[in-house]
Amino acid sequence: MANEVVLLDFWPSMFGMRVRIALAEKGIKYEYKEEDLKNKSPLLLEMNPINKQIPVLIHNGKPVCESLIIVQYIDEVWNDKSPLLPSDPYQRAQARFWADFVDKKVYGASRKVWSTKGEEQEAGKKEFFEILKTLEVELGDKPYFGGETFGYVDLSFITFYSWFQAYEVFGNINIEAECPKIIAWAKRCLQKESVAKTLPDQKKVYEFVAQMRKRFVSE
Amino acid sequence: MAKNDVKVLGAWPSPYVMRPRIALNIKSVNYEFLEETFGSKSELLLQSNPVHKKIPVLIHGDKPICESMIIVEYIDEVWTSGPSILPSDPYDRAIQRFWAAYVDEKWFAAMKGLRSAQGEERKAFLDQVTEGLALLEEAFGKCSKGKAFFGGDRIGLLDIAFGSFLGWLKVTEKVNGVKLLDEAKTPGLVKWAERFCADAAVKSVMPETEKLLEFSKVLAAKMKGAPPPKN
Repeated sequence: MANEVVLLDFWPSMFGMRVRIALAEKGIKYEYKEEDLKNKSPLLLEMNPINKQIPVLIHNGKPVCESLIIVQYIDEVWNDKSPLLPSDPYQRAQARFWADFVDKKVYGASRKVWSTKGEEQEAGKKEFFEILKTLEVELGDKPYFGGETFGYVDLSFITFYSWFQAYEVFGNINIEAECPKIIAWAKRCLQKESVAKTLPDQKKVYEFVAQMRKRFVSE
Repeated sequence: MAKNDVKVLGAWPSPYVMRPRIALNIKSVNYEFLEETFGSKSELLLQSNPVHKKIPVLIHGDKPICESMIIVEYIDEVWTSGPSILPSDPYDRAIQRFWAAYVDEKWFAAMKGLRSAQGEERKAFLDQVTEGLALLEEAFGKCSKGKAFFGGDRIGLLDIAFGSFLGWLKVTEKVNGVKLLDEAKTPGLVKWAERFCADAAVKSVMPETEKLLEFSKVLAAKMKGAPPPKN
């Protein structure tokens, strides 16, 4: 059977970007289908009836949902090159832990930074920097969260970098000043072709977020 | 392996703590169960899980592993001579992981809502819980393919993820006077639940419903008296 891979996605989604990076790392050819989230396609609703969300990977007609589950699936099926997770069980558990941390914490806090104002936003900003500083400590002096090579945790977090300009403008914050190691790490990741080709331009994302912010905040 | 080489930090009422214990039982691994005192966190817990400060924590040798489902996958990968907890096919693994995440993020969130809700809100949460169970009934049909468990002939990842909530499900049924697992609507899950609770790996760690019910009253009283939670 031909290896048919389709990705249902939405260009600014940091979750969708994770899958795109994983596919690029493995050199997998796939068909990209852009979803209009205000007008979800019948295919999306059929392939992800539970959550009705992107990204969805459709491999030979069978859907896989949830970005980190998709990334692990990709790593397990295309296991002949560019491993994303470490092979040692303890290292794998650590990688899963930190990717889970990113999932549980970064999105929620960052959302408060761009979609709220006043006290709620100040609280969101404080939380956001606490989370980034925790990640900075975990990164330490390593070039990547995965150690010497780009891996699962790097992939799970780098996609948020495309939203940093939006966070900085709407939050009136300077991420490099507070978390220089995170910015240095991000720039290192961007030297990888799979990341550079996947992450949309920060300005484009900022313009998209500006439109969305209007729905949440009157100014 | 010496018993004190593997430790689980936890508490008997926690469904999350049950998960690694079931996994270790499946693998016939001896471990020391270190119970946390309700209402306080030990030095060991704070040291081993400084990020979340939550149970369960598995301590293997001197290495801590946190987050219940991550611990279960770790156990499966380390103790390879015992029965497998995850299926070998990547697609089946993705399906099990998907539903385990659904149970944690969507379904149990609705269960918790139901437990603390009043009036109109309660009905909304109850609807969410029963809709979720209908989805899980369907998933059970697809995953089990006519066999005893979501994992097939033996307990697997999703059985552990969902089954660990059965004690609290029974408590919720009693407290709210509702039948959540129902022979008419969720016949597959009703039988699965009986088999799961009777399984050798589960029996010794599944708390008795009466004990859990008593504990839930203590918890509810404490929460009414306690200041509002931070998140």
